[in-house]
Amino acid sequence: MIYLELFLSFFQIGILSFGGGYASLPLIEQELITVQGWITNQQFIDILTLSEMTPGPIAINAATFSGNQIAGIMGGIIATIGVTLPSVIIVQLLAYFYFKYQNLSIVQGVIQGVRPAVVALIASAGVTIFMTAMFGHSDWPIALSEINWVSVIFFAVGLFLMRKFKASPIQIILVTGVAGGIVYSLL
Amino acid sequence: MKKKELYLTLFRSTFFLSMFTFGGGYVIVPLMEKKFVNELGWIDEDEMLNLIAIGQSAPGPIAVNTSILIGYRMAGFTGAMVTVFGTILPPLAIMTGLAYIYLAVRDNALVNNVLLGMQAGVAAIIVNVVINMALRIIKQKKIVPVLVMIAALIAGIVFQVNILWLLFVSALIGLIMTLVDLKNKHDKGESK
Repeated sequence: MIYLELFLSFFQIGILSFGGGYASLPLIEQELITVQGWITNQQFIDILTLSEMTPGPIAINAATFSGNQIAGIMGGIIATIGVTLPSVIIVQLLAYFYFKYQNLSIVQGVIQGVRPAVVALIASAGVTIFMTAMFGHSDWPIALSEINWVSVIFFAVGLFLMRKFKASPIQIILVTGVAGGIVYSLL
Repeated sequence: MKKKELYLTLFRSTFFLSMFTFGGGYVIVPLMEKKFVNELGWIDEDEMLNLIAIGQSAPGPIAVNTSILIGYRMAGFTGAMVTVFGTILPPLAIMTGLAYIYLAVRDNALVNNVLLGMQAGVAAIIVNVVINMALRIIKQKKIVPVLVMIAALIAGIVFQVNILWLLFVSALIGLIMTLVDLKNKHDKGESK
């Protein structure tokens, strides 16, 4: 039953993504690509790209889109419900206890502990994304001759614009998209 | 205010915030604060800061969590259902439409070139996010979080350790650190 599997996968992604939307990326990568084999690396990056271009939380965008890719409209709806449901339950439980005891220090302490690990997890998902963008795949071994120099330049310019001029993600997506459309079509 | 009006305003506010905000939790939460604290005057500043802190303590997207809390605060469980629906409906509708367009145009040569360019942009965005998050950890100037970050990085990339284990172990370290911290404060309090 694909719908049940989708629901459970995304429920698990929702319940484990501590620290905001980007924290769901390594979980989506592990569950959908490695464990289930539902989407490819390339599709994962496409999903990310479209999520950056559209409004709304990235985890919801990614759930709707990959659910759709895997099992049509119903798949998208079910994946979205699955990824949201843990929030609905846990947030209200926390709010209930907070209004009752006015104290969250232990929960916040645990979250503080998880945060550095989450950064590392996003970084390791970032490695896959980076390798795929630069070399076309992320499987070892990688030959230096496979490198896509246009991609390297786009990456460097994009990172520079964000760090130096605080460019927003959507601006970076638009600029690299237009540049890609022109440069790759001419090559 | 009538119940129906309250629900309608909750839905409309969260729907439009989600519909027109690009860039996730850190952008949308300040806008929610502006809407519910300054414009509607439903929640005072201090309470809003507490709600945001709770939202960040729970798993899941921060924008979704904060909207659930606002709904819960204003109208209990039903309120929370109204605001969460308002928040997820825009991305759900937009991404469903995009998924179909994507299937139809993905193989087009120009679309492929545009996406290939964007791929480098997405890589830059993720690397930028990681740099910002790592700097925030390093700037705390505490040794344990930095060690946890480095250890998790090695365990994740080199040894391909399951994410579940990494989260579990780091949560345990966080719990122990908090308990030690609370005990120290308690002891200090007693010795005075």
